[in-house]
Parts: sequence; structure tokens; C-alpha cells
Amino acid sequence: MKDFATLFTRIDESTKTTVKTAALADYFQTATPEDRLWTIALFTGRRPKRTITATRLREWAAEVAGLPDWLFEESYSIVGDLAETIALVLPPATESEDQTLTHWIRYIKTLSTLEDDERKAGILGAWNSLPNTERFLFTKLLTGGFRIGVSAKLITRALAQATGQPEPQLTHKLMGNWTPDTTTWEALIEADDPTADLSRPYPFYLAYQLDGFDDLGAPADWNAERKWDGIRGQLIIRGGEHHLWSRGEDLMTDRFPEFAQLRDYLPDGTVIDGEVLAFADEKPLSFNALQKRIGRKTVPKKLLTEAPVILMAYDLLEHEGKDIRDQPLKDRRAILETLTQATPPEAPFRLSASVPFQTWDDLSAARDQSRDLNAEGLMLKRRDSPYLSGRKRGDWWKWKIDPLTIDAVMIYAQAGHGRRANLFTDYTFAVRDGNDLVPFTKAYSGLTDAEFRQITAWVRKNTLQRFGPVRQVPAEHVFEIAFEGIQASPRHKSGVALRFPRMLRWRQDKPVDEANTLDDLKEMLATYG
Amino acid sequence: MADVLTFTDRGIYCPAGDFYIDPWRPVDRALITHGHSDHARPGMGRYLATTGTAPVMRHRLGDITLETIDYGQEKQIGDACVSFHPAGHVPGSAQIRVAVKGEVWVVSGDYKTVADGLSEPFEPVRCHAFITECTFGLPIFKWTPQNVLTQQINDWWTANAAAGRTSILGAYALGKAQRLLTTVNPDIGPILTHGAIENTNTVLRSQGFTLPKTTLVTKEISHKTHPGALVLATPSALGTTWARRFGPASTAFASGWMALRGVRRRRAADRGFIVSDHADWEGLNSAIKATGATKIFATHGYTSAFQKWLTSQGYDAHIVSTDYQGEGFDQADEVEA
Repeated sequence: MKDFATLFTRIDESTKTTVKTAALADYFQTATPEDRLWTIALFTGRRPKRTITATRLREWAAEVAGLPDWLFEESYSIVGDLAETIALVLPPATESEDQTLTHWIRYIKTLSTLEDDERKAGILGAWNSLPNTERFLFTKLLTGGFRIGVSAKLITRALAQATGQPEPQLTHKLMGNWTPDTTTWEALIEADDPTADLSRPYPFYLAYQLDGFDDLGAPADWNAERKWDGIRGQLIIRGGEHHLWSRGEDLMTDRFPEFAQLRDYLPDGTVIDGEVLAFADEKPLSFNALQKRIGRKTVPKKLLTEAPVILMAYDLLEHEGKDIRDQPLKDRRAILETLTQATPPEAPFRLSASVPFQTWDDLSAARDQSRDLNAEGLMLKRRDSPYLSGRKRGDWWKWKIDPLTIDAVMIYAQAGHGRRANLFTDYTFAVRDGNDLVPFTKAYSGLTDAEFRQITAWVRKNTLQRFGPVRQVPAEHVFEIAFEGIQASPRHKSGVALRFPRMLRWRQDKPVDEANTLDDLKEMLATYG
Repeated sequence: MADVLTFTDRGIYCPAGDFYIDPWRPVDRALITHGHSDHARPGMGRYLATTGTAPVMRHRLGDITLETIDYGQEKQIGDACVSFHPAGHVPGSAQIRVAVKGEVWVVSGDYKTVADGLSEPFEPVRCHAFITECTFGLPIFKWTPQNVLTQQINDWWTANAAAGRTSILGAYALGKAQRLLTTVNPDIGPILTHGAIENTNTVLRSQGFTLPKTTLVTKEISHKTHPGALVLATPSALGTTWARRFGPASTAFASGWMALRGVRRRRAADRGFIVSDHADWEGLNSAIKATGATKIFATHGYTSAFQKWLTSQGYDAHIVSTDYQGEGFDQADEVEA
């Protein structure tokens, strides 16, 4: 695993993408094909199955290091990463073994078939034969979650350098539900046909937020449609089967069984980009309705009737088995319209209608209706644009409505993890209720590093009480909290739950008695909930 | 028996001798362990420090009333007998031993147990009570051996020089910077220094310490005049306009905090060298053991965890609240426990 450790170190030591890409490209040319494949898998979130619980690993590491459990936990809370903590506290290895990455992954897999004490011996033996970085990486393989600052984009760029294949083609090849157990480097990367796997999705085309109309040219060149507030999805109908992928490359087919019937109405060899929406009486329901269906692997009948879903179709990527992403949007939409007309109204399928407009002012007025329609804003797409992969500027823009905001008081702070270990970055916020403060949300993003440092220094000096890792602080600082939605929640003291809350601004100009109240929050719930 | 030392809001106080050790508010008589700004502060009536610490204190604090003392020399102050012993932290740094009627307490200030090739090596002092820092008082901190560290820095510098990059290394102006200077291979290329570091170099050279040739960075100096240079800068100078004059560069920090990947990545430097002038976990534990003390006071660092650990090891351990900062590197954003 030495070469993998070298790769990791080169990536980890640099903040420059060119250096990271070069390191990966070198590795893709020199490592064994199996190791290359596993490396791609790990860096794109396809980690091996966990065979040992984190609890067991902590116990064993503390035991080997001769530390009481509480001291190990204390160390873990400072380091913020379990594998790193373990690698740091263990005594130096007394043996050495250089095996491939694939060897160690297989080694971990075989442990699952063993008894507890044999597994323990297996792990301790590995720890004792690997030097620091390799030991950290081995433990990372055990604990899962291999995030080290390498994006899928970077992987693709490095693969393009190493293989000479174009990036978009490689992006497509890396999509879908392959694992190193189901394919090979040869089949996945070297082979020509990216559609060999019937379930494989196309890379999603993502838009940037619109920053003005100046560079757009004539309004007539553009098609506008609603940006629906559901789950972006790609429906694939090939070989008599259907698959539904999320933007995060999660296979959601079983979660939304109603789409099975679309096989009867849409021709084989169809791939549609759309939005999965909770929908009733020809109107989208709020995201809250859809939320009940998210995270459920199977759906009870009752929920199917309470929160029925449809696919709101945006675009057609494949027609009659042919990749048509290079054709202009207007042509793709024309075919999509024909397909939509062939589906009966009871089918869970609608075309996302174009929003008519003559001027940008018209469009602005249309955007103002978004909240009433349960939409998050508008999408602007150039009529002659191809369907690109990934986030690209120029042809597609999203024009989201402004988030809801509320001024709240910080009352608790907690240290973050990983890059934010040792920094107080996770805060709990309250609104005023008479003389009381009622906590209603947590937030941990939106501030600059400098602001986080400043608040961290303040928290250290102003801790009132500690509850484990959580510190109570004086109610002195007001923050503007932005969020995308609000719903009633009996589980929370405040009676509400927010969607995607984050800190918009530290309101150092605002005294605590000008922060919003529980009544303000309830009013927002009544209006937008 | 009465306590030899007490802990007040001005600093560590000795009633038998009516003096303070490393006080943070003005007092009449102050005994100083070493010259870092959180230990040697301005405004004291009289100072007592080691001969090795005196020059840097005069440099930093100006015209002060300062008496000096050699390592190991005993001095009677009131009913207390005091002596200073090497702490291995920076050149001239000391632990202060205070004996009153046969009861011995030692204030260690900041210390490290491994020899750094520059500072007078740490010397264990037997005592009844030991006052210790614990900046790195958790088992995740284990320092890289000096020879490995030297190799890492030399390799990094050599690779940068070969690729036409300047090597900018952030390190403390007093102690850390000079320790690195004495360990790197000066044959690799020219060594440039930031003003704050060069000032300390001058003080130490005049005390008789041998440092390699260094050039103060002035207006005319850049990567064009000194290609392939190693630039020693204070951590705060990294990423500023001052640092941009060196063209394409690789940046690194030298600090004990670099042991943590999260901190390393947050600093957005290319490299982090794990090196500290404080004791690591092993160093703290072995130092405490070697004193033979049964009573331990932890002053700054991961105090609550360290006290709990010492208690579990059978010590009578306490936390005292002080204004000392330990390794102030990433200080503003470090959570101490």
C-alpha cells in the first residue's frame, strides 16, 4: 500500500489542483489495474462494506495504546477523525509488510466471516505491520468515508490525462452502481461502450446562480421553466426495466414504486431528466410532503396515497436508445412533448411547462410567484444548448428566490470535525419568548474562517457551562439565519423545523433584544409552512 | 506544612520570599522562566532571570531592572531558597526550584525533554510539588525525532529549489526559528530571514550561539536575487504581501499542531512539519515521573484531561488557571479541552 500512501500524501500535502491531478495521473499509470479501480471507487464514495464496528475499533485501539477509554474519547474529540486518532495513539509498528491496496481491502472483507477474537487479532496484526500513513489509510478503509479533498471532477481530469480519453466520456463511465466487485478497470475505463450497463445514468447538467441579464442576449433565445422543489432525478427505461437515479448517484427506484408503470407508456431506450415531486390535484405539494418519502427504502400503501409523487420532466437525454444530448434543447423538448402527450393523465408524469415571457421584467414577475407555486425559483436554458455534464456556465442558469431569514441568538457552541476540529463551528440558536430564549435550530456553515476563529476565541473565554462537548455561552451574539422552508415539528421545543438552515451573516450591529421572537417564527410557519 | 507557592490573580506567588514567578500583572519582584511574551511581561519592579535569558529580555522589554543568575546557583530570597535549572524550551529557559524549610516546589514554565541541538537540555529536578504545562497533554501528540525532521525539511527545500520554488517556512521568532536554522543543511541554498527572526538571531549570536549565515529580507531581496532560498518567517507573515515577493513558493509551518491533519489543512500551507518546543505526551509523563513529585499542578493546555489522567495514575493533581498560552501558533482558534 506504499504507493497508495504516497498518492494520499501528495494529494493531502497540496492545496493546488494541478499537483493533485498530476499525483493521481501518475498513480493511474503505475498502480495495478485492481488498485486503480479501488482508488477510483474510494474517491467517488464507493467504500467497502463495514466489517467491524467503530465501537470495537475504539476499544481495541485504546487497549493497545494502554489508554483508558475516556482519554481515547477525549483525544478523538480533538482530532475529529476516528482513523486518524487511532493511527496517532497506537505505538509504532514493530513489523513491516508491503501489500497492495486491493490486498488490504480483501483482508478486511475476509474478517467479516471470522469470530470476534479472530477479527481482533487480524486488526491488531495489521496495525502492527503498517507505518503511520498506511495505518491511517487502512483504518480509514475500516471506518469508511474517504473524503480527502478529491472531487469526482479531479478524478476524471486525472484519468483523462492518464488514458488520453476525453473527460465527458470518462465522467459518464464513472456513473452508476458499479463497484470493484462487479467490474474491472478494463471493462469500466478501457472498454468503449459506456452504455454497456443498462442502468448507467448520464452525468447531470447543473446550473450556476444567475448573476445578471447583461450577457444573456435576446430573451427570445431562452426557455424559462420553474425550478421545482423536489428531488432531481434521472429516469432510465432500457431493456424493459426502469431505474431512477438521484443527482447524488443514489439509486431510488424502490423508493418510488409508482414509476414502474411508466414502462408501459414510454418507449424503451428513454432517459429523462426531471424532478421527483409530491403532487396532488395538478399541483406540487410542499417539500415537506416529499420529505416523508425520503430515506424510506420501502413505502407503505398509506404513504403512497398521502404523498403521491410524479416525475416532472425537464429534458430528454436518450431517445429510442440513442444519446441525444448533443441536439439543441428545443429539439429535445419537442420530442419530450410528444412523449408526454402519449402518457395518460393518471400516469405519474408531467412535462415541466415553459414559463412564457417577453422581457426580463416579465420573468422577474413570474419569479415572484415561486413560493405560491411551491417552486424554488426559475431555470433559464438557452434554446439551442446541448445537455452538458456537470456544473457549467453559459447555457443554463438557475434563478432562485431569496431564502427566508430570521435573526436569532446564539446560545450553545460545539467544536466541528475534520478540518474544523478544534474550532467552534456548530451553534444552536434561539428566538426570544418574553424573557426566555427558545432554541429552534442549529447551523454550522456560512461564516468565514476568520469569523469562526473570532467566535472560537470568544467561546473559550465565555463558556458558562459544559455539557460534554457542548458549551453554553452568554446570549450576546445575533446571527441572521437563512433557510429554505419551515414546517411544524412536535419533536422540537419551538414547534418548528427548518430546512437547510445556515448563517447568512453575523449581525454584530444588532443587540439581543432586537432578535426575532417565537411569535415571528410562528407567523412564518403559518405563512410558509 | 504551608504551601511553598500559591496561585493568585497576578501569577504564581511565594509568600516565604515575597516574589512572583512569571506574573501577568505588575508586581515588585518577578522571577522569569524564559523570554516568551506570555512569561516575561513588562512592568515589573525587579526581574531575576538566567544569564542566557537576560539579553532577549533586555531586547524585548527595554530598560528594566534585571539581575541574572546561572543555572544551578542557589539564591536566598527571604525564607525561600531559589535556583534555576535548564528547561530545554528555548536557549536560556529555566525551571525554577523553590525550597522553603525542606519542602521543594518546581515551576517548569514551558519545557521539552528532547534535546534540540541549541537549547540547554532539560534537567529533571527532584521535588515534592511540580507545576507543569500541558500544551500537548494528550496521547495523540508524539514528536518526530530530530534527525527525521531534519531530513524532511532538507528534502522539501531541495525539491523546491530544484523546481525553481522558494521555500517559505513559518516558525516562532524566538527559539523555534533558531533551532531550525541549526538543523537544516545550509549548503542547499541561501537562507533569508524575516526581521523579527533576524533580531533574535542577532541577540543569540552575541551570546555566543553559532547559527549559519542568514540574510535579512529587505526591499531589494526577492526570488530573483536569491533563487532556491529558504525563507524563515514568523507564522503571521505567511500569505501576506511580504511573502508574495518570493515568486512561486512552497509554504510550510513548523509546529506541534501540525500533528493534526485538520489543523494542517486549515492553515492551507503546502507542508506541516511536526516540531515543538513543548513536551509531547511521552515527554510530559516522563518529566513528571522523574521529579518524584506526588503533587502536580497543570497550568495551561489540555488541563482537564491531563489532570484526570494524572489522578488515575495516582498523583495528587490539580488545575490552576493562568494567563500562559503555550504554543500560540494557531492559538486563537484552538480549543483547549
